[in-house]
Amino acid sequence: MPPSEGRKGLLHRIKVAQPSQETSEEPSRESLETERPPGLPPLRGSVPPTDQGASGLSGHVRSEDEFLSPGDTLQDRYEIRKFISKGGMGAVYLARDTRFPKVEKLVAVKEMIRTIRDSVTSRISLETFEREANIVASLNHSAIPKVFDYFHHERRVYLVLEYIEGTDLESLLTEMDYPLPKERVVDWAIQTCDVLSYLHNHKPNPIVFRDMKPSNIMLRHDGSIVLIDFGIAKIFHEGKRGTMIGTEGYSPPEQYRGISEPRGDIYALGATLHHLLTRRDPRKEPPFTFNDHPISAFNPSVTAELQAILSRALAYEMEDRYPSAHEMKLDLLKVARASDRPPSAIISQVSSGSDEREPTWYFTCEDEIRTTPVVYEHGVYFGAYDNSLYSLEAATGKERWKYSTDGGIVSSPCVWNETVFFGSEDQILYAVYVRTGRIVWTCPTNGRIRSSPKPEYDHIFFGSDDHHLYAVSAKSGQELWRFDAEAPIRSSPAIAGEYIIFGCDDGAVYALDVQSGELRWKYQTGRAVQSSPTVAHDMAYVGSGDSSLYALDLENGWPLWRYRTKGRVISSPVVSGNMIFFGSNDHHVYAADARTGALVWKYATKGPVVSSPQVHNEAVYIGSADGHLYSLAAKTGNLLWRFETGGPITGSPAVSGAMVYVGSADHTMYAFPTEPAD
Amino acid sequence: MGIWDRLVRQATKSRQIPPQREQAVPKKRERGDPLEIGQATDIGKARSANEDAFLTLKSLIGIEPEPLPVGLLIIADGMGGHVKGKEASSTAIRVSSSVIVREILLPLLSSERTVAGSRPVQEVLTEAITAANHAISQLEGDPGTTLTSVLVMGHSAYVAHVGDTRVYYLHHGELRQITQDHSLVERLVELGEISAAEAQEHPQRSFLYRAVGQGTELDVDTHFLRLQEDSYLLLCSDGLWNQVPEKEMVEVIADSLSPQEACGRLIDRANDRGGEDNITLVVARVNY
Repeated sequence: MPPSEGRKGLLHRIKVAQPSQETSEEPSRESLETERPPGLPPLRGSVPPTDQGASGLSGHVRSEDEFLSPGDTLQDRYEIRKFISKGGMGAVYLARDTRFPKVEKLVAVKEMIRTIRDSVTSRISLETFEREANIVASLNHSAIPKVFDYFHHERRVYLVLEYIEGTDLESLLTEMDYPLPKERVVDWAIQTCDVLSYLHNHKPNPIVFRDMKPSNIMLRHDGSIVLIDFGIAKIFHEGKRGTMIGTEGYSPPEQYRGISEPRGDIYALGATLHHLLTRRDPRKEPPFTFNDHPISAFNPSVTAELQAILSRALAYEMEDRYPSAHEMKLDLLKVARASDRPPSAIISQVSSGSDEREPTWYFTCEDEIRTTPVVYEHGVYFGAYDNSLYSLEAATGKERWKYSTDGGIVSSPCVWNETVFFGSEDQILYAVYVRTGRIVWTCPTNGRIRSSPKPEYDHIFFGSDDHHLYAVSAKSGQELWRFDAEAPIRSSPAIAGEYIIFGCDDGAVYALDVQSGELRWKYQTGRAVQSSPTVAHDMAYVGSGDSSLYALDLENGWPLWRYRTKGRVISSPVVSGNMIFFGSNDHHVYAADARTGALVWKYATKGPVVSSPQVHNEAVYIGSADGHLYSLAAKTGNLLWRFETGGPITGSPAVSGAMVYVGSADHTMYAFPTEPAD
Repeated sequence: MGIWDRLVRQATKSRQIPPQREQAVPKKRERGDPLEIGQATDIGKARSANEDAFLTLKSLIGIEPEPLPVGLLIIADGMGGHVKGKEASSTAIRVSSSVIVREILLPLLSSERTVAGSRPVQEVLTEAITAANHAISQLEGDPGTTLTSVLVMGHSAYVAHVGDTRVYYLHHGELRQITQDHSLVERLVELGEISAAEAQEHPQRSFLYRAVGQGTELDVDTHFLRLQEDSYLLLCSDGLWNQVPEKEMVEVIADSLSPQEACGRLIDRANDRGGEDNITLVVARVNY
């Protein structure tokens, strides 16, 4: 095969090619390089197309007298009124059929100019033009333009068609700034399935449209649709392979192998609807990636049922799609009827059975539980605002011991080497023996401790309201170093390699050398950072009171990306695989791509989400100030189950074994099974 | 755990006496250029004009204990025929680099090392490419270009990219393609519709579904990678990767005395194999 002569082609814009290119290439390539098949400009009832690039592949300049002018008359019958649009091989005009002198019968006249230069190309264009004429002439459907006449004149060929007045859906989408209303889109889809059904059931052989896309669907003022541009429609003969044509983005995968079947039209219809509902042009996206993101991420009004219809139409393999346009229409009708009920967009799928789950056990203490429990060897440890640290039996919730301090405990404990470490609002960090609750050592500070301690390298790291970050020996409590951040530290530190990262009430995120406590870098955000950072993929992720979640380069603190929410981000993010999960005070739970910050899904609760998520076995567990513990599917954000407690949940859940534990401001610690009870 | 062995030896807990660092292991190489950059472009043998453009910008902030290497590497492969393509690619280079210099390099130069810049890097790099997109859309005709940029700061490399110009990372003899081609053919190979060999000859092989200069909205791919000592970054247009197999690229780079020499030799290799397109490449060696 000769090297590609032309410059790079943009799939949805026409490249200005060398004049010689036209003749040297085969028809299959030729038709691919133009947005529309050669010789067939789009039939439009509206003003010239918005896509200025669709000027065909001929590079030669056209002179004025190649076009017909208003007033010219063809066949002594068709009086040209105005030029509508131009294509590579000809033009489309609005004309009046003067055979009916007393009425104004308007028609569309499609013109093809036969160029002399290359007879092969010319012949193929002519055949294509004639094919359109023949196909459309044999059809009789309200959504297909009627053919009135076909004739040759001088060096040109003409097709006279019903004039369709309205706007095509691509132009409509461009005019509107928002996604089109889903009820209308479903209605148009039903009408389109109707006409596709008609084409696919055509006798003796089905007709495959092959060029389904928004610009080929005209919307009339009365809301009815018309399918236009049958230039590349084809009589389907089973088993025969053709050339690869169609419009990239909307074409099904098998069309690239030359296979054109009715089910390809279904795929293209799915692609068209996807574009209308999400405003994402498939010609600008990587091909065949429709099912990669849930549609609800772009258009929350799309229900799970509608999403399922589109997913099936867009199945990669033909066998997995709707076998007929009729079946797709039946599913669409169900959705059309259902849209009378108010849709709950984001809480879509609920797993079988009720969406509530009962706790295995619960334990009540004397005040709010605001912290996150930790599970260690059959024991659950957590602090409460009643000044005590509790140790419970993980399986039953029975109390083993409790340790009383002189201040409320909002710091979450950690366990290392048979010792539980936790801070109290009485300004002291405690180290207590895991089995008995006997004190091992204490470390006093000059401020309340709300930050949660972290164990690493045989040391405990924690922050205090006295502005310092401390590094103390886990065995003895002896201080190794302390760092003065000049504002209270409520965020819990994260340790990764040589770095220790934490946030501060002055809005900065600090990275220190873990060994010496020396400052490595500092990143300033707009408001207090009380979220605790998490480190993954060489980045430190942390939320800020300025409503953003930040991804910072671990080595130098430079922000890589930032995701803005509408409320403070106090929740600490969690990374699992390539996804990052976190909550915001704007009531939402977010899931984004950890590398780029692109939103994957979000879930709306009814209160601020201060709690941090836990991910376990494809499920995200998180609490909300609306009192619920939620379990959401990690990939899609669909609700798996939830439980309502008696007060806000500000701490995070802990998952261990087959149980998830969470405390609530209703004074109670709950334990749930991660799998449904049989 | 070496850190904590040192800890045990430590005399005092106070910050005033920082722990002694171990003597640095003497480096094999002499004190050389931490970030060595080579760059070259060639019209190839089949085209009548060179529509590629590139930019390299390097600075070394030489402050002890460690100098901070900073580099900006950009290549663009224009399309639209003759003058138009070249105009597109050079506009892309100029507009995008000026955004990056203004929003990242200047603040970097004017603030302390420990203070991180305020605007997210991916946002700035993306803004640079969308600014180029806007500028090119204003040009006459219908030109477009690919645009692939890499910002190096110390051991961090930030990539922003549109089109089928590529960034590779070479470390320990292993060449890894970092960017994804925005070409139809690439997607077909990914899905198993056609083989990589068929892709080489496919009639639509130079068709891009995403390029700069085409319209209002543009999706830019971003990547982030950590650079190791003794590794290479390679940026190249399809005039190179379409002609020269990856194994050969690795051999030539490893074999050359300098990145500049590697650039010259790779261009020769591409031309030896036909030189069907313009060839542009940038090779950066990380010596720190």
